[in-house]
Amino acid sequence: MTSSSYPGPESIRRHVLDNGITVLIYENPYSGTISLQGVVRAGAVAETRENAGLANFAADMLLRGTHKRSFDEIFEALESVGAGVSFGGGRHTSGFSSHSLVEDFDLVLDVIIESLCRPTFPEEQIERLRGQLITGLQMRANNTRQMSWLAFSEAAYGEHPYGRSVSGYLDSVAGMGRREIVDFYDRHYGPQDMIIGVAGALPADMMLKKIETVFGSWRNEHQQLSQLSPDVERPTGLTRRHVSMPDKHQADIVLGLPGPRRSAPDYLDASLMNTILGVFGMMGRIGQTVREEQGLAYYASSRLEGGLGPGPWTASAGVAPDKVDQAIESIRHEIRKMMTDLVADEELADSQAYRTGSMPMSLETNNGLVDIITDIELYALGLDYLQRYSQMIQSITPERIRSAAGKYLSADDLVIAVSGPVEAL
Amino acid sequence: MDSTVTKTQLENGMTVLLKEMHHAPVATFMVWYRVGSRNEVPGRTGVSHWVEHMMFKGTPSFPGTAMERMISREGGFWNAFTWLDYTAYYETMPSDRINLALELEADRMVNTLMEREEVEAERTVILSERAMYENQPNFLLGEELTSAAFRVHPYHHEVIGDTADLHSMTRDDLYQHYRLHYHPTNAIAVAVGDFDTADMLARLTSLYGPIQPGEPTKPIVRVEPEQPGERRVTVNGPGDTAYLTFAYRVPGAAHEDYPALSLLNAAFAGGSSLGMFGGGGSNRSSRLYKALVATELAAGAYGSLTPTIDPFLYSISAVARAGRTLAEVEAALEAELARLAAEPITEAELAKALKRARAQFIMAGESISGQAQLIGAAEAITGDYRWFETVLERLAQVKLEDIERVRAQYLQPHNRTVGWYQPMDDQPADVFSDDESAE
Repeated sequence: MTSSSYPGPESIRRHVLDNGITVLIYENPYSGTISLQGVVRAGAVAETRENAGLANFAADMLLRGTHKRSFDEIFEALESVGAGVSFGGGRHTSGFSSHSLVEDFDLVLDVIIESLCRPTFPEEQIERLRGQLITGLQMRANNTRQMSWLAFSEAAYGEHPYGRSVSGYLDSVAGMGRREIVDFYDRHYGPQDMIIGVAGALPADMMLKKIETVFGSWRNEHQQLSQLSPDVERPTGLTRRHVSMPDKHQADIVLGLPGPRRSAPDYLDASLMNTILGVFGMMGRIGQTVREEQGLAYYASSRLEGGLGPGPWTASAGVAPDKVDQAIESIRHEIRKMMTDLVADEELADSQAYRTGSMPMSLETNNGLVDIITDIELYALGLDYLQRYSQMIQSITPERIRSAAGKYLSADDLVIAVSGPVEAL
Repeated sequence: MDSTVTKTQLENGMTVLLKEMHHAPVATFMVWYRVGSRNEVPGRTGVSHWVEHMMFKGTPSFPGTAMERMISREGGFWNAFTWLDYTAYYETMPSDRINLALELEADRMVNTLMEREEVEAERTVILSERAMYENQPNFLLGEELTSAAFRVHPYHHEVIGDTADLHSMTRDDLYQHYRLHYHPTNAIAVAVGDFDTADMLARLTSLYGPIQPGEPTKPIVRVEPEQPGERRVTVNGPGDTAYLTFAYRVPGAAHEDYPALSLLNAAFAGGSSLGMFGGGGSNRSSRLYKALVATELAAGAYGSLTPTIDPFLYSISAVARAGRTLAEVEAALEAELARLAAEPITEAELAKALKRARAQFIMAGESISGQAQLIGAAEAITGDYRWFETVLERLAQVKLEDIERVRAQYLQPHNRTVGWYQPMDDQPADVFSDDESAE
């Protein structure tokens, strides 16, 4: 698979249904399975602190009863054929994904359309799910990594939607009523601007016809699209939060600041910069100094979220409590270097080669293919994105890397969250 | 799937397993060493895993950072894992670059340096890895449970090793382990992907053929005696959530009862029908889920059967729902196991488990690296890669009587260890946490 043989305008079938759903289809004859992904414009972005977790709760309810099948009947049908179907709610969108044998695709489509368009939100299932979600929140409260993430998000974003938990809080989930859940579903779930991606071993025409037959008649006159979350102020100065969990064995650090949206013109520059800083090889420059040279941590890496909203750039590491400051200072040192020094040509070439060379690996399975073609539509990257990708990565210069670092990183305007056996702060 | 596996043994004893798959220009190369935590003795627990880390630190020809860069800049991924029965290394690369992986693995089979200062730097990394696990209730319970279940057999200790040993082991301990176990006689090379088998075999023969053979890893003589009665462990730790595990002693993967146990786990708990690694997907129509989760006693419940060389454990685990006690969850699980004895698995439940097996088999084989892992694990655990290839035929031969027989034989209280993770009383119920994922 060279760049020109990657999925592109010739091989990805794109079709917009009358009701506003964009369908992308990729025919992959090499496996006996079909993967499906759907994105609905219903997200947590409209929630408040009081009803945080609503989009997630609503999505989790969809497989718990429809006009045609009960919870037990849905899972008996799916599990009897080894098919996987899941629904989930995210920051800007909610959606589903499935993976099944080709022979069971019709059944999977039937379960998905029932769950998506005709859910019944049974009261007893709401209570059952509520208890599971609350148990999950308790488990997270005992998880140092997740506690650091929450403390970081709250401190970095404040009242902005990214400052709230998508999964909600004990009080918000405990208080969520059926009426509220059904209202959210009625207002936000609908075909307008929905995306469906399919990759699998059936002729593209046939897959399109099946999708059109099943989803084509869905309507919701009242659908409100979730708005994109607003821009966010960058933090000024160092903000530090500690969550004290005295019985834990080591501390988890998350530091960073709000980052670019996926739609930012220099997003790939920022993304490649992050590859150099905290991904390439054994977790980039941050892994090199924190793990390889100083032996402070098992993991130390960085990540750029880059979704529909201003998701964060973060670095994270798990270290002994007495090494927290040393690890933070090492990461800040690497940030400064990234912002001031031009990356050497060879180091840049390594990361460029890694980013372009690893592409065939992510296109190997139907799940991988469907992830990518759905993202191409969600982020409006263009059907020829994969074919242009290599050239776009190769054209990034050391100056552009430094410029992205200067724009999106900071060693001094930074939010630092630590949880574990440390003093509360 | 494009072809079957070609198995060859080089003159120095190295096993070679090759499988062509041409759907993507990708290849995976793996080297499996038949040594893992089961071959470790007290004082040196965790040595296999630590040696695995040191294998990334370099040789005279390829310093560690150079290896890292060479792989990554070709777009490749590499990593390694250590388990009870084996230590395995892998590279997944664009297929026209896979030669690099062959060369690196051949070099580090023999020439790994393990400089003293690098061993010391890695000591703190591994202690940090262990501390990361110790932050998780599941690990704390699993470690206590497994050590209670195995008094004699070295499955007793965790792969990561005991903290005391991680402090006291020396560079010489690590190097001795490496010299003893890393040689062609003890190795299985697996290549899957877009290559020509004859050409790949020729390349492997020329690279690995000249390496000196060694002695196979010694068999385990510390056999675990029959368990005389139920064992129980309780772990107290932080948090508000309680966890329960029933762990039954069951035979290894090559045993004739293993296929029936796999299907018992699939039918009862909704676990993987294949009895290999990875779960079986959702289990909401299983008896276990209906008994514990649908009754609102547990937030989740799972069955897990792990393929091993020696007898290991079949685990049924549950997370108590907020407000429920472990005693309640345990009583309900006990009652459901009694019902399983009174109302054995039915023809319909067996048919469902077999259909799931077929789907799981096809999905597991979809990726080149997934194929390589399953073929290699089959060879390392059972001595025969066909254990993976023929799993569906083996499962198809299982009868309802076989499932009931293995249930009656193994799922008995005297054959199990029960583990409780019970939150400490003085924990504040402070719930403000979340792991925010991307869109």
